[in-house]
Amino acid sequence: MVTRLDPKTFDADAENTWCPGCGDFAILRALKLALTELGIAPHEALVVSGIGCGSKLPDYMHINGYMTIHGRPLPVATGAKLANPDLHVIVVDGDGDAYGIGGNHFMHSCRRNPNITHIVEDNQIYGLTKGQYSPTSDLGFVTTTSPDGAIERPLLPVAVALAAGATFIARTFAGDPKHMAAVIAEAIKHRGYSLIDVLQPCVTFNRVNTYDWYRERVYKLGEDYDPTDRDSARARAHEWETRIPLGVIYRNDELQTYEDQVLPLQAGSPLASVLKLQKDPAPGQYESLKEQFL
Amino acid sequence: MIGVMAPQSTNDLSIMIGGDAGQGVESSGAGFALALARAGLHVFALQDYRSRIRGGHNFYQIRVGEGPLYSHRDPVELLLALTPQSIPLHLDNLHEGSAVIFPQKWEDVDVSRLTARGLTVERLPLMEIAERHGSRLMLNTAVLAAASAITGFPLDYMAGVIRENFGRKSAELADTNLAVAQEAYEVTLDHFGDSFPHRIKPIEGAPKRMLMHGNEAIAFGALAGGCRFVSAYPMTPATSIIEWLSAVPHEFGMVTKHAEDEIAAVCMALGASYTGARAMTATSGGGFSLMVEAMGLSGMTEVPLVIVEAQRGGPSTGLPTRTEQSDLLFMIHASQGEFPRIITAPGTIEQCFEAGWRAFNLADKYQCPVVVATDQALAANLRTLDMDAIDPRTVEIDRGATLRPEDVDALSEEYLRFRFSDDGISPRAMPGRETAVLTVPSDEHDESGHINEEPGVRVRMMQKRMQKLKTAEAEMKPPLLYGPEDADLTLVTWGSTTGHCRAAADEINAAGGSANVLQFIDMWPMPVEAAREALDRCRRKVAVEQNYTGQLALLIRMTTGVAMDDTLAKYDGRPFSPRQIIEGVGMEVASGHKA
Repeated sequence: MVTRLDPKTFDADAENTWCPGCGDFAILRALKLALTELGIAPHEALVVSGIGCGSKLPDYMHINGYMTIHGRPLPVATGAKLANPDLHVIVVDGDGDAYGIGGNHFMHSCRRNPNITHIVEDNQIYGLTKGQYSPTSDLGFVTTTSPDGAIERPLLPVAVALAAGATFIARTFAGDPKHMAAVIAEAIKHRGYSLIDVLQPCVTFNRVNTYDWYRERVYKLGEDYDPTDRDSARARAHEWETRIPLGVIYRNDELQTYEDQVLPLQAGSPLASVLKLQKDPAPGQYESLKEQFL
Repeated sequence: MIGVMAPQSTNDLSIMIGGDAGQGVESSGAGFALALARAGLHVFALQDYRSRIRGGHNFYQIRVGEGPLYSHRDPVELLLALTPQSIPLHLDNLHEGSAVIFPQKWEDVDVSRLTARGLTVERLPLMEIAERHGSRLMLNTAVLAAASAITGFPLDYMAGVIRENFGRKSAELADTNLAVAQEAYEVTLDHFGDSFPHRIKPIEGAPKRMLMHGNEAIAFGALAGGCRFVSAYPMTPATSIIEWLSAVPHEFGMVTKHAEDEIAAVCMALGASYTGARAMTATSGGGFSLMVEAMGLSGMTEVPLVIVEAQRGGPSTGLPTRTEQSDLLFMIHASQGEFPRIITAPGTIEQCFEAGWRAFNLADKYQCPVVVATDQALAANLRTLDMDAIDPRTVEIDRGATLRPEDVDALSEEYLRFRFSDDGISPRAMPGRETAVLTVPSDEHDESGHINEEPGVRVRMMQKRMQKLKTAEAEMKPPLLYGPEDADLTLVTWGSTTGHCRAAADEINAAGGSANVLQFIDMWPMPVEAAREALDRCRRKVAVEQNYTGQLALLIRMTTGVAMDDTLAKYDGRPFSPRQIIEGVGMEVASGHKA
């Protein structure tokens, strides 16, 4: 049976607790549109999230979802993808998850290149804990944990991802739903790790980086921009304070995914199908392993 | 004194090899142990090393016997010294009639001090032989050949191992080592003849036996039990689990992942398990500390998870290469909040194999984290096993209330992942089918999986989860008794200490005493009734364990109300020797710390 897809297919009957005007609503909508456009049904995808306002997204969506712990959705998703490569695995988390507590997993996912789409809801603040500065907060940003203004320079996620070897790096803006849906769809289509840094205003706790603040700075990369050119990407990756590029900043479609290179995966059936295994189908197979101890 | 060594013996001795890290102490010891196993003998081999790649004293101790061995034994009859310092360091391990073999070149060795103790001392031109044929690095080969000669153990066995081990690198290297071995063997035979009273005699027609350690047995058990995903971060003494599984042929479909840290390792296993694969991670206490939050995630989201925790001396970096059993209460209480978990602690290599596959059945049936708790001594010490001790045909695979894709497709009503049930277990569907699309949150949730903080839902969901612990208790293994059912003294123990307690009880009983061993295997949930019954039958109960606070004794008291009469605690990082246990309990635990 083929289910006819409609963005409504992904609607869930759950109470949404996001603040009115939150950029997360637009991200949720864009993800539904992207999946619809690609013809990926709810049971064919898995959304793994971390902890934070935006990480509640799977609860507000009819889709396979695993809401994990703070900073750890990437390794959970990596395990899930290795065990069942048929699933479209999407990670949704925030700047605290991805660039702070889970920074190690972010860096290693970039160079590892699992076929996972990583959507980071980057609002430059910790919202769920009511307003503390985040790894992407700008210098001087005043919050409850930086009353004298933040004195650490902000992490530039696009530059870090590029240096760490990511094969698809994009940025989009929650104030531009169409652009967002198109970029997410493009990222899902990419075979390999794809980072989408989404500029997502927190309307309650971040009164600096507002929709207007972003609108004054963002610009879309034009038709003439070549995302496969690493040098151009490097230049755009460092643009931040005054001009912020939107679109696919870098892509390399030549590299194999991590899963593609795992030889035992090619030799056997998907790990998840071990479920079928009731009894060792060939005891001799295991018996032969005993020889090495003689 | 119990168990005085006979002045003469056949196939009943202990050999020690001492040297610096980088001299091949471990590979030499393991090679000699393999040669002995191939000669039909039973072997127990203990490795003692430091956390460094070069330098620092290491030793390897091999006990040889004709029946199954569960422990090393002091004193040793033969000390093979690869460095001059090995001799004074191990003087107290020797007794009258023991022999010390070392190279002639070491003129500083105080021979008179050794002979005054009744030791047989022989300077042999072993270094010269090694250098003449190859290099001083081949001293270990010379020494092993000398050990063969002095004990009357035919060189063929050691030569076979040398040929295999060095042949893997190059035929020339194998030939050179064989030449060293041959000459060292002949020179030693010229010196000693058959004067050394402790002999090694191959047993003709003996059945083949495997030489294996606990980590290999767990890994083998896991593989045979259908585990197909292992993610880990290297940490002594657990590393050989992922190493062994990484080396199995690709046809098994065994996927291993050396992750960026232990948090990633445990989370990858959890992700793989969520989609239906049997997945595990393996670590030691430090790595387990990092996995604790994810263990709670497994508990809350009811995703099966197997963690092997091979304990070592703590706290912090502690004694990185040494043994301890000090994480027991930590494993039982690890992670915030309350959720069911199962802790099983094998004590023998056979039990390690069983724990390796059984852990996955328990994890699937109770949809919770299962910790296989071992310790460095069990993880790394080698023992000979009969071929049928590791029998893949005995493996049972029980996935509990796991729904197959066809079961999910046939669902007639809305699928509720966390459906309330009497036993606390809810049928588990994997992602991938249209009829069971849902989100599994780490937040408290309702039966369908949506976040829910209503007090009524919370209470029922807590009760549902915790009920699984009660359900599981019915299939937890009762403590295992070794030795006579009725005894004056019961050694109450767990983990690798079991083997040393068994050897101690055997010695006590052989000398006319009366002792048995009560080994706890399933630690959590504690099979309370069975444990109480077993303990009630004991007279004097002494907990023997490798930690400061007597954690097994505390756990038993906490769960059963039964108090030990004494606790013999050891926390120096070295395994108990049977003698230390005998003296410890005989002297009212005066030689150990009384917890």
